[in-house]
Amino acid sequence: MDQKKAQIDESNVQELYDELAQWHINTGGQTIHAKRMPGKFRTLKWITMSTWLVFFLGPYLRWDGQQAVLFDIPNRQFHLFAITVHPQDVWMLSLVLILMAMVLFGVTAIAGRVFCGYFCFQTIWTDVFTWIEEKIEGLPAQRRKLDKTSLNFDKAKKKIIKHSIWLAISVLTGITFAAYFTDAFQLWVDYFTLQANMVAYIVLGLFILGTYFLAGYLREQTCFWLCPYARIQGVMYDKDTILPTYDAQRGEPRGKLKSNSNTGDCIDCHMCVAVCPTGVDIRQGQQEGCITCGLCIDACDNIMEKIDRPKGLVRYASIKEIRGGHLKPLLKRPRVIVYSSIIIAAFAGVFYGLVNIAAIEWHILHQRQPLYIMMSDGSVQNKYTFKILNKSKEDITARITAQGIEGATLTGIADTLELKADKLVPFNVYVRTNPTQLPEEHTPITFVLQNINQPEMVFKEKSVMVRPPR
Amino acid sequence: MANHNKPEEAPDTGHVWDGIRELTNDPPKWWTVTFYLSLLWVVVYFVLYPSIPLVNGPMTGILGWTSIKEYKAAVEKADNLRAPYVDKLEKMSAQEILADQEMLNFANSYTNAIYGDYCAACHGANGQGAEGRFPSLLDDDWLYGGSVDLIQETVTYGREGMMPAFKGEISDAQIAQLADMVIGLSQGNQGDAASWALYEEAGCGMCHADNAKGDVDAGSANLTDSVWRFGSSRDDVIRTISSGVNQEDVEGTHNAIMPSFEGRLTENDIKLVTVRVWSFGGGQQ
Ligand code: SF4
Ligand code: SF4
Repeated sequence: MDQKKAQIDESNVQELYDELAQWHINTGGQTIHAKRMPGKFRTLKWITMSTWLVFFLGPYLRWDGQQAVLFDIPNRQFHLFAITVHPQDVWMLSLVLILMAMVLFGVTAIAGRVFCGYFCFQTIWTDVFTWIEEKIEGLPAQRRKLDKTSLNFDKAKKKIIKHSIWLAISVLTGITFAAYFTDAFQLWVDYFTLQANMVAYIVLGLFILGTYFLAGYLREQTCFWLCPYARIQGVMYDKDTILPTYDAQRGEPRGKLKSNSNTGDCIDCHMCVAVCPTGVDIRQGQQEGCITCGLCIDACDNIMEKIDRPKGLVRYASIKEIRGGHLKPLLKRPRVIVYSSIIIAAFAGVFYGLVNIAAIEWHILHQRQPLYIMMSDGSVQNKYTFKILNKSKEDITARITAQGIEGATLTGIADTLELKADKLVPFNVYVRTNPTQLPEEHTPITFVLQNINQPEMVFKEKSVMVRPPR
Repeated sequence: MANHNKPEEAPDTGHVWDGIRELTNDPPKWWTVTFYLSLLWVVVYFVLYPSIPLVNGPMTGILGWTSIKEYKAAVEKADNLRAPYVDKLEKMSAQEILADQEMLNFANSYTNAIYGDYCAACHGANGQGAEGRFPSLLDDDWLYGGSVDLIQETVTYGREGMMPAFKGEISDAQIAQLADMVIGLSQGNQGDAASWALYEEAGCGMCHADNAKGDVDAGSANLTDSVWRFGSSRDDVIRTISSGVNQEDVEGTHNAIMPSFEGRLTENDIKLVTVRVWSFGGGQQ
């Protein structure tokens, strides 16, 4: 890495082309059958993968007799345990998205494509699919052989079993996803009694296709050519980002292990390539195909152990470290500071929002046409439409009064309003007063909504009252 | 599989321009597959949906789909959704609807079209009327009464008021004196004795009552409130007294006819329109 870079600095452009020529771009011409080797990162991957179990179990959690996590689209509500979020609170969603984006950026700036390597559904489902493939069709060599043999009974049997299991996982994935949008238990019943609605079947169909083809066939091609995150994350790196890196100074010149040679530590066993799920040769340096899963580190460490050389020929290291420098402390890196401040701000916003979800959201529309009506006793009347949404789970009995204008009387609504839980109701409200009470053509008026049973629960909304010009 | 990584090994057509060879790589497999699938879809679509125009109309397709059918199905779906509410409205009295916020809201949405078609032309989209010509439905001044029953009666049977033209009956000066008096009344003045005497002598009180407060049964206006059916300026008032209302062959008379909706609207629709008008803000008990 270091030497190569140096030559480029000498503006030896030919070197660029040479590098390009040996660059291997994986266009999916060959299915990658990666070898599986145990190791630290393999174990870590199993652990991080298992966080996805939460996804599969989520829909069956109950809270207060209700589905704990439910995106209720027909009723426009999102239930998250005790909290119910309405479309009116959607600003929090944007904060959540910002939060997630910043976490992604921050983590990537520090430790590379952590998401890709350890959490992304694409790599995880692919990992599970290939694991199943290995259980049924055998090790990579056997699989390659099997792919080449012509169809016979044994091959057909293996293929059918494999594809059935793949499809079963795809179906489960689809149902689980759909279960977040409706009652989970009922959905299973509906799906299998053919009672579920069209949208549910379409969603399921898309998920089956998506899972089956993306994880079964497209695999690393998704990361190479489809996924936008691959590109976004790639540009988040800097010289302090730690990545699986081949220590070229230690490894080169590579060569087959012989007792009397003076080659470097890399014995050119190709193990790191064999285990790579995206078919990358990490020894050529960091490249777009690398999802930073660390599996080549495991592979190389295994070999180093066998030949009794120090581990870590391939290891998590930043460019700086590999060149003999030191990592900048986290808190001195501008990216880390910027990302984490945004994360903290967004988190605080969401927290504030969730804690302060108001029970009532209301809007007051002053009638435009006509702006005011003169009554028979000479008073002026204005019409307002109140749209009152009770976001809480209990019915609220409320009273509405007007402030700011002497002698203003409200009609059109009952003395006490019954605001049903989770309902938005429009009310037409008329306010009448003597025009002499209105100093301006547009005089501000404040409406006050008070919960009768909890008098401390008060909501205010401003509007105006209009009178004819004098 | 085409070899995209090693173009120098890929087969070519033998054509070379300026050292650039034309390769014969296959198009990507996904592209070919998508292309053939789209062709297949064309066939499927032709079979399922209306396609080729023939002499007696297009091929109908085996699904029998037409946009009119789709539209009707959508309308039916909406009707089915509304049906329970509509049924309920039909069974409720106007008073009951007014007391039930949810049904009132539904009734007000339901009558948007009816009101727009039949009422808005004169009374305005929001019931504001047109000053001097069509009465506002928003205020609390009702010539024929503002209770639910009376409004319903008005809508059902219509109304046609009458006021004689006084030009020629009394002198212009007297007309002007009466006009000044009633304008004064609407502003809270009491009116002087001479004017009241003229009021009685001219016979105004026979319709507008002795105290000038009007009479709902006769549909005569209350002259003491500040709402004017035919305009509040002095000229307007003089014109009204001079030429009257609905007088044949009198120049400048006001035409004021509320048509009857009996038979044009169902009883139920009339009830719902009544509810709407009552809840415009001026309804009375
Ligand atoms: S590149 Fe995209 S699909 Fe591949 S692992 Fe990363 S995030 Fe997942
Ligand atoms: S090069 Fe190593 S870290 Fe990168 S994807 Fe391959 S095995 Fe994973």
